[in-house]
Order: sequence, then C-alpha cells, then structure tokens
Amino acid sequence: MSEMGGAQISVQNVSVDFPLYHGTARSLKKTMFAAAAGRLGEDRRRRMVVQALRDIDIVLRSGDRLGLIGTNGAGKTTLLRTIAGIYEPTCGRVVVQGSLNALLDPMLGMNADLTGRENIMLRGLYNGFAKSEIAALEEDVQSFAELGAFLDLPVRLYSSGMVVRLGFAMATAIRPQVLLMDEWFLAGDQQFMEKAKDRMAGMVRGAEILVLSSHAPTAVREWCTRVIWMDHGRVREDGPAEAVLDRYLQRAA
Amino acid sequence: MDMIPDTDLPRLATSTLVVTADVAGYQRHRAAWTDVTDGIKLWRLALALGWLDIKLKYRGSMLGPFWLTISTAVWIAAMGGIYGTLFHIDMHSYLPFLALSLVLWTALGGLVSEGCTTFTQAEATIRSLRMPFFLHAMRVFVRTVIGLLHNVPVIVVVFAIYATWPGWAGLGCLPGLLLWTLDAFAACLLLGTFCARFRDIPPIVNSIMQIVFFVTPIMWQPEQLGARGWWLPLNPFDSLLEVVRAPLLGQAAGWHVWSLALGFSALMCAATWLLFARVRSRLAYWV
Repeated sequence: MSEMGGAQISVQNVSVDFPLYHGTARSLKKTMFAAAAGRLGEDRRRRMVVQALRDIDIVLRSGDRLGLIGTNGAGKTTLLRTIAGIYEPTCGRVVVQGSLNALLDPMLGMNADLTGRENIMLRGLYNGFAKSEIAALEEDVQSFAELGAFLDLPVRLYSSGMVVRLGFAMATAIRPQVLLMDEWFLAGDQQFMEKAKDRMAGMVRGAEILVLSSHAPTAVREWCTRVIWMDHGRVREDGPAEAVLDRYLQRAA
Repeated sequence: MDMIPDTDLPRLATSTLVVTADVAGYQRHRAAWTDVTDGIKLWRLALALGWLDIKLKYRGSMLGPFWLTISTAVWIAAMGGIYGTLFHIDMHSYLPFLALSLVLWTALGGLVSEGCTTFTQAEATIRSLRMPFFLHAMRVFVRTVIGLLHNVPVIVVVFAIYATWPGWAGLGCLPGLLLWTLDAFAACLLLGTFCARFRDIPPIVNSIMQIVFFVTPIMWQPEQLGARGWWLPLNPFDSLLEVVRAPLLGQAAGWHVWSLALGFSALMCAATWLLFARVRSRLAYWV
C-alpha cells in the first residue's frame, strides 16, 4: 500500500444499546432475538434496551484484514454499522481515518422503483462524485453488470440475479481505503461468483483495511488474517485467523 | 478480466470520521451544525432525490406532475363557485385571494404532512450509509417546492382573468418566502424527529392540519370575521400565510403580522435546534 496510507480504525471501549420503544412487530422481533441471546437489560433511565455491543476495543491499521465471526445476533452487523458511523455508540469512541465504503445490505439503499441508471446516479451523488465521475461509474457498472436494456427499466422488474449483478457492480466500482463488508456479499450464484471473483479481489486488495463479517468460515479463511469471534455483543476471542476459526468451528460442532 | 483499471474509477474523498458517545452539550451543537453544513454541501443529491420522488410518483401518467396543476385548478373553480355564492362575495376580489391562499396552503400543509415522514421514509438509506440527517429535510423541501411551482400557473391564470396584478409590490413576498424556507427545514427536522420516535404523531398532525385549514383564512377572508376574529393572531399559519400572500395581492404585510410570523418562526427554529442537537445521534436507532 502507499507509504502515506494512513487508513486506521480505532474502536475504543464502545458499547451500543438499542432502545426498545415501539410496541410493533419489529420491536417484538428484536425483543425476542435479544431474549434468546440473553441480553435484555435496562439503561440508566430504566428504559428497556438490547445490549447489542459491550466494551469493544479494536485497533486496525493499514494492511489489516479482519474477519468477524459469530452466530446470528452476536453483534457483527451492529459493529460494522457502528464503525461506518451509522449507529453512534452509547458509550465509547470510534475513529476512522480514510475513505470508507460499507457494503451492508444487498440493496444498499437502492430504490426498486427507480431504473438501474437512476440508482447508479444516486449512488454517485451519495458518494459526492462530480458529473464526470458519475459518468465513469455508470460506464463501469454498465459494462460489468451486463443488464443491457434493463438498465433503463425499474429495478423491481429485474430478476434476483440481475439485482445482485447491479448491486455488486455498483459496490465494487467504488474503491475505498476502508472496506466494511457483510456476508450477503459472498452469496451470489456460483456462475456469477466466478466472474465476480477478480473484480472482488481487486477491490479487496485495493482497500487498506478490510473488515468482513460472516458466519461462513471459508470466506473469512480466504480473505482475512485476523479474526474476532463475537459472542453476545462482546469480543470472545481475537487472534490469528486460523487459530480462532478452528476453535470457533470446534465449538460449533 | 472484467476490471477496468483502477485509475478510471472514481475515488472517494479521504476523510476522518470521529464518533464519540456522551459528548458535552456544546459538542452536540457542533455535531448538529456539521450535519446541517454537510447536508447543504450535498445539495445536488437533495435536488436529485426530490426530483426523482416527484418523477416516481407520476411515472407512467401522461400529464405527470401537471396533474397537480389540474387538480388545484378544479379545486379552486369548485370552491370559488360554492363559497363565492354562499358568502355573497364579489368574485373579482374573492377568487384571486382564494387561488393564492389555496396554492400556498397546499405547499404548507403538504410540507407539514410530508415532514412527518422525513426520516422514517429514508430508513433504508439511514441504515445503510452515514449521511447528514439534514439531507432528508432538504429532500422534502425540494419536493414541496417542485409541487408549489406546478401550481403557480393556476395563480397566474386566475390573476390574469380578474386582471389582478401586484406589480413590483409583489416582490415583497421574497422575504416571506425566505422565512418559509427556514421554517420548512425546521419543520421537517422537528416533525421528522418526533414522528420517528413516536409513531402516533403523523395521524395526529394530519387531523390537526385539517382543522387548521378551516380556522385559517384560506376559504374566507379575515375581514368577514370582524371583531369575532380576535383569536386569529394565535394561529401561526395566519401570519405565516399573510407575509407571503399580502404582497402578492398588492398589499403590504404590516409590522404586527411580520412580528408574529418572526416570533412563531423563532420559537419553532429554537425548539427544533434544541431537539435536533440533543437527539441527532439517536435518530438511526429510531427509524
């Protein structure tokens, strides 16, 4: 990486609580999830909260490849969202130096009613690109996603494979210094993944720091050098990829 | 390889993100201010989002957003006919007043009801990438302005039919519109925040706005109330409408109207700022 590569992530003593406010199905789901994981608590003002993350300390420097593993509800995605600045922590501090791209859900804020082209334009604008850069983005996505005339049709008319291609092409067309990635990203169909592999590898190699969250150890083994095993919102183990993964698999078996 | 050389791809601007919990009061205000200024820097995105919202709403329809123009025109013609007859008013003075008031009210009322969904509507975006929250308020604002512009022709036509023309005095509406802009952002942040936290608020707001429509001089003129209208100054929508409407009807909005409008606006902006600075960091958890 470049010598000036100053990318750095520092997560200091971070805890995240989810408030349980709305008596809706959504909150109910959260409640049940949390109850299953044994993490229901009350905060200082005695409101019901889900303790999603507890006392997390992580420092990542240029060149680091971190994998987050753990069961559903262990806090992997919440940690990614916290590093991305989406959830501001209940206590602690997050500092991220360097451009950041977080690939968190397959739709990535795509609007299914808009055409592929309109979604690409919006993605460019979200990233603060100038007109010429948006044109370059569009060209790149167009040539990779191979949507042909569908690019000018609403995304809701696409087959699920086409949506993945568009999402993947857009996500990988932007090369950040800090790349945060959730597992959905590795869940394309086999044929597509063959084609996507090079492009994916290019993006991952281009990033100074990678944080990959997955409960598929194969992907983590392939990309990551360090692994953090999350359990009930805490760091359970932190160490070299192979060692932590082996113990995780033993435990799961 | 399918890859285009990296150099051709757009680069993200390098930045430093610092997020700290439990910050002191003044830091919250600074974070809120940064949110607003960062949002303003994304004005092109706000324009695109607002415009696409309108485009989407009318995609596939032949007249597109001009359905707004038509429905307003029909509404005014019908109301003008009925109320003009009921109140025995001279159409020459009533219809321009009604047309202008209804169009302005449509914008105000629309902003208030859409302001409620400022953040809840943007849930997917808020959860997938860090964006200034002010951006979502700008999006609602852009949408409202586009709607308002589509209704302007109705006013022009009615004014032309009744040969009412404010002349240069009409420019007096500009300070009023400026105040509206400020209030619009404040209303979106205020209502958007409240409605993200308390999901019962949007229906309450909507039913209140229906009542406000009747107790605000829109279909009737304040003079018709006479002395019985002593409570009118208590209605913020009355003075706010008047600072824009009066100049366009060739009158000047008096200082008392202006001081009421400024007073109500200052109260709302202050309340909004205190609330927004306090809970901005919680919004992502609420939507």
